Amino acid sequence: MVEAAWLIPAFPLAGFLLLLLVGPKLGEPRSGWIATAAMGGSFAAAVTTYIGLLGLDAHGDADNDRQYVQTLFEWVPAGDFQVDIGFLVDPLSVTMTLFITGVGALIHLYSIGYMHGDPKFSKFFLYLNLFAFSMLMLVLGDNMLLTFLGWEGVGACSYFLIAFWFDDEANASAGKKAFVTNRIGDWGFMVAMFLMFTTIGSIQYTDIFANAAGISESTATAITLLLLVGAVGKSAQIPLFVWLPDAMAGPTPVSALIHAATMVTSGVYLLTRMNGVIDVSASWAPTTIAWVGAATALFAATIAVSQNDIKKVLAYSTVSQLGYMFLAIGTGAYVAAIFHMITHAFFKALLFLGSGSVIHGMDNDQDMRHYGALRKLMPITSATFIIGWLAIAGVPPFAGFWSKDEILAFAWEENKLLWAVGFITAILTAFYMSRQVFMTFFGRYRFADVRAEELEELAAMKVAAAETAVTEAEAGIGDAEAAVAKATEKLEKASEKLVTREAEMADADAADEKATEKATKNLDKARDGVEKAQVAADEATTAVEAARRAVSAAQAQVAHVAAASMGSGSLEFDLFVAPDLGDIAEEDLPEAARARREYHPHESPWTMTLPLVILAGAAIVAGGMNLPFASDLHFLDHWLEPTLVHPAHLTSSASVKWILAIVAVMGGAIGIAAAVMIYLKGRFPASKVELPIMAEGWRFDESIANFMGGPGRKGFDLVAWFDATFVDGAVNGVGRVVREGGGQLRRLQSGLVRSYAAMVAIGAIGLIIWFLSRASF
Amino acid sequence: MSALLLATEAAGNEAAASFPVLSALVVLPILGALLLLLLPNSRPEYFKQVAFLVSAAVGGMAIWVLTDFQTGVHAAEFQLQNSHTWIESMGISWHLGIDGISLWLVVLTGLIFPIAIIAIDAEHEPKAYYGWLLVLEAGCMGVFLALDLFAFFVFFEIVLVPMYFLIGKWGHGERAYAATKFFIYTMFGSALMLVGILSLAFLNEAETGILTFNLVELAESQMIATTTARWIFLSFALAFAVKVPLFPVHTWLPDAHTNAPTAGSVILAAVMLKLGTYGFLRFGVYLFPEAAVFFAPALVTLGVIGIIYGAIAATMQHDLKRLVAYSSVAHLGFIVIGIFSLNTEGIEGGILQMVNHGLSTGALFLLVGWIYDRLHTRQISELGGLQKPAPIFAGVFMVVMLSSIGLPGLNGFVGEFLILLGAFSAHRWWAVVAATGVIIAALYLLWAYQRVFHGPAEGDNAKMKDLTLREGLIMLPFLVGIVFMGVYPKPVIERMEPAVDALIQHVEDHVDDFDEPVANIGVVVEDHSEDETEGDH
Repeated sequence: MVEAAWLIPAFPLAGFLLLLLVGPKLGEPRSGWIATAAMGGSFAAAVTTYIGLLGLDAHGDADNDRQYVQTLFEWVPAGDFQVDIGFLVDPLSVTMTLFITGVGALIHLYSIGYMHGDPKFSKFFLYLNLFAFSMLMLVLGDNMLLTFLGWEGVGACSYFLIAFWFDDEANASAGKKAFVTNRIGDWGFMVAMFLMFTTIGSIQYTDIFANAAGISESTATAITLLLLVGAVGKSAQIPLFVWLPDAMAGPTPVSALIHAATMVTSGVYLLTRMNGVIDVSASWAPTTIAWVGAATALFAATIAVSQNDIKKVLAYSTVSQLGYMFLAIGTGAYVAAIFHMITHAFFKALLFLGSGSVIHGMDNDQDMRHYGALRKLMPITSATFIIGWLAIAGVPPFAGFWSKDEILAFAWEENKLLWAVGFITAILTAFYMSRQVFMTFFGRYRFADVRAEELEELAAMKVAAAETAVTEAEAGIGDAEAAVAKATEKLEKASEKLVTREAEMADADAADEKATEKATKNLDKARDGVEKAQVAADEATTAVEAARRAVSAAQAQVAHVAAASMGSGSLEFDLFVAPDLGDIAEEDLPEAARARREYHPHESPWTMTLPLVILAGAAIVAGGMNLPFASDLHFLDHWLEPTLVHPAHLTSSASVKWILAIVAVMGGAIGIAAAVMIYLKGRFPASKVELPIMAEGWRFDESIANFMGGPGRKGFDLVAWFDATFVDGAVNGVGRVVREGGGQLRRLQSGLVRSYAAMVAIGAIGLIIWFLSRASF
Repeated sequence: MSALLLATEAAGNEAAASFPVLSALVVLPILGALLLLLLPNSRPEYFKQVAFLVSAAVGGMAIWVLTDFQTGVHAAEFQLQNSHTWIESMGISWHLGIDGISLWLVVLTGLIFPIAIIAIDAEHEPKAYYGWLLVLEAGCMGVFLALDLFAFFVFFEIVLVPMYFLIGKWGHGERAYAATKFFIYTMFGSALMLVGILSLAFLNEAETGILTFNLVELAESQMIATTTARWIFLSFALAFAVKVPLFPVHTWLPDAHTNAPTAGSVILAAVMLKLGTYGFLRFGVYLFPEAAVFFAPALVTLGVIGIIYGAIAATMQHDLKRLVAYSSVAHLGFIVIGIFSLNTEGIEGGILQMVNHGLSTGALFLLVGWIYDRLHTRQISELGGLQKPAPIFAGVFMVVMLSSIGLPGLNGFVGEFLILLGAFSAHRWWAVVAATGVIIAALYLLWAYQRVFHGPAEGDNAKMKDLTLREGLIMLPFLVGIVFMGVYPKPVIERMEPAVDALIQHVEDHVDDFDEPVANIGVVVEDHSEDETEGDH
């Protein structure tokens, strides 16, 4: 049954080739189903191989009997260097294939729903199958070179998939960054292979297992550190982690499969595979691994606390969890590392797919500040996500608790400081994951809220409107004042007339009644005119005042919005209180805000929720693989034992282990409680914990980018300039001296060479003719 | 060593009875060129067809040679030899032969020429254009097959003429400048080699009393003084270094590549640069084993500088063709360090990489040429988003690019890996530095790809035509070669290994304190063989 091993990578390879040939013709959804079926077949082959391997175990007596090498053909036979395309089937590789194919099949299924409607639907699945093939070659390869083939293959697929939506320069850059950063690590892997080959004359794993003990300490140390360089690149540890957060530019299923569950764990796999070499290296080499892991775990966790993008939180969380695995390897706890790798694959894939479901339901919005209260709208997504949260936060009996607890226990025995770093990271993990869950699924529904930038836009619109009103009112003042002046003039004239009339009346002495009447009328008219003008002038003045008040009110609102967004740090507006729109009418809202009010977040289709449910089930029970209570329950320990030279065991007493477990649970509880106080109850402002420097990832990536874009680029430019100016310049300079010395030759120069060429041609022909004439045949 | 000589003669006699296929490889293109000369100018459409048919026939014969090539015990010897004494008094003969080292370069040459001829139409004066291409093919074949130093030199020089005219007449931009630079540079390099060849022959005559230009006889005699041999080696090395090109005599290459017509660039990269690396192996290491060992550290150093320097310079280029040209400087640096590792892995990796570079860089130049045909620019800043209108074109470009980057599973990786593995045994720290070239290779090619194919497509870029069926068929042999040699390089390595081992044995025999720098192999090899037998049942 172990002979089925070759089928494990063969299925996704066949799927890839099929999609390469007829993918676009098959279209959606058939190409997705074919890719998923290929992964299903691969999983079935992995299970068959697993059962076969169990069978092998029963027959053998020696430990390494649980091992089977399947050679397909010779790959690179050059001199003493002989490398095959062959598979090493042993507990470690089979464990890896089981979760890669299992989780992989689920993520393929999920993608059918997620990628619905994408114009490059079939190409996506083509890449996914190629990725799965590469990943399986990585873990199944029976030599370092074949692992390296998978290693770079997954890197290339990761590049294709991160840059999948390549129209956006940011996505394309993220893909390139991932590939190039990984290549720095690959350099370490390659040199490690050279050193291994020159030391023991082979890079086949069975030879390495057999001869590792004989490698000198200094060589083993060098190989370990070079492998660490490779692992640090692929598994996103300090200082090469910078590509992983950017890799979130890819479609979410890619983040789940490649950048959480499988590819990024390759470094952990590689180091575990080479545990025999690490074992003979100087003791500071594994200590270095442990500290790289611990430092990365803590560093990434602090960054995760301040991220608002739902996928960025998970990305930094992945970096942090991979740090735990490195910590485990550095303390010799390989089984704990693999254990955590498996549980992490389940719950992190679950969390990523859940976030994808949220993003899918939220119209592709990834900002958690815009979520809230989604548990009612997305019941399956939220229920499964909450299970994933409990698993990663270390709440018993969910899977993450068991694996993390084991790592922390080993760290405690190695070095109390390592344990402390791991413990603080655990608190932070519980905190930022709770924050994510509360911001997404609990609290106030914020999607329909008018957003800070929209509020600013609205306020700006109001200011503009008020300013127009002021201008109009001011124009009105002018009119009114003119009217007042006119009326006053009229009044004066009328008064004059009145005086005249009164004089006339006195003169006329009521004799001329008609004239008197007329004068009185005129007088009244004049008085009316004055009054009216007065009223108009007053009104105009009031209007101007009102308009001025409107402007200052609008300006005050702008200032308020600006103050709100500045004042509360990364939270641009309140998680708990809806933004105050004042007297803005519904129809005045920006179009985007109105569209959101009509948008209904929804649960995803079954192809997406079914994988969530299955993974949630796994995240609940996966801890059962390696329960700490009795030796009989250490299933994974016993299973992986033949692949390790020195299987590590905890030596602490049961009471110490219990205390450590209780302390770990309390740490998780502290993290959750803090998040409850801040994000659920609003007792403390979030700005107290979400420091801007953390949101920027301690400016690590930025500094590198600045260096590469600044001095780095200048240095490269300098080389190109040096080449054009000095190396080439010297040649041209010689040419120029010759030409100038030759005076007239300059004009003829190109013709001269042409005649050289002709002379060579004629000379050669002449020689041939001469040869032919002298020929003795 | 006399055994080797006897075996060589035996194989030569055997082959002489049958059709002189190797001579045909050289003569047929010349006859084709003469035929073109006779064709009437009124029917220009025939020129391309005739040139293609002739070169395809040569390609067919190259495949025939490949199938005829003995892989067993005789694989270390020169096979299918064709030897005719021409000038007995001078010891010069028309002597051709092929072994595992030249076999793949002959096959590569045989396949690249018909592709270069069919892929691109002559822009003007088709008769002369195709004629020169055929003369070029004859010259390249001659260099790879010649077993007589004088004949080799003649072919080595003849190659310059057609390339000079191809760049000067059918090129773009500053073509006269580029052609002149190319010609003067390479002429200067090979002028000293002629002196070297003559000195070697006459000094050898002084010691042995026999005047000969026969490669095998000169290599086996090793009669001249060590210091003299070193000087003569240097005269050869300079000619080859220019041709490769090695830092710091590489600057003719970017100009020549950029301004050459597409077919010229393809042949220049795929075949002509290999004249230098092949020369190093056949006429450097084989003729002057002691000097090769003596100068190996210096040449490896130049190779490593070329790798890093070429890659950095490539990163900063604005012209896509110039970028590929600088990438050649880096790739050829790998080949040189492989050869001068002087062990099986390094030399085999070097030969593999000669073929691999021919495939991947040849294909890259074709693709860049097609982009230029469509959009009339090669400036990276003027291109962008081409993957949107031309997804298949982009896909093919991606595969070729990944081959050039050295992705495992494609051809480039096998060669690069073996070279670095060999170099690591011989010059450990240089190999560690050279391996960083792999990182920069990813940087410059992916960055270029991003700027050309990713992002939004605007203007003419948005309307770029995708790969046509005809172009796809032209690309197919490249893609098949790229994948095949990445997945199953065994048949290729297998055929070169006896010759490579014989060459290393030759060096070990003639250099007193030299042993092949190999891995420190202890118990493991026995374990390994046991594992293999276990794996078999």
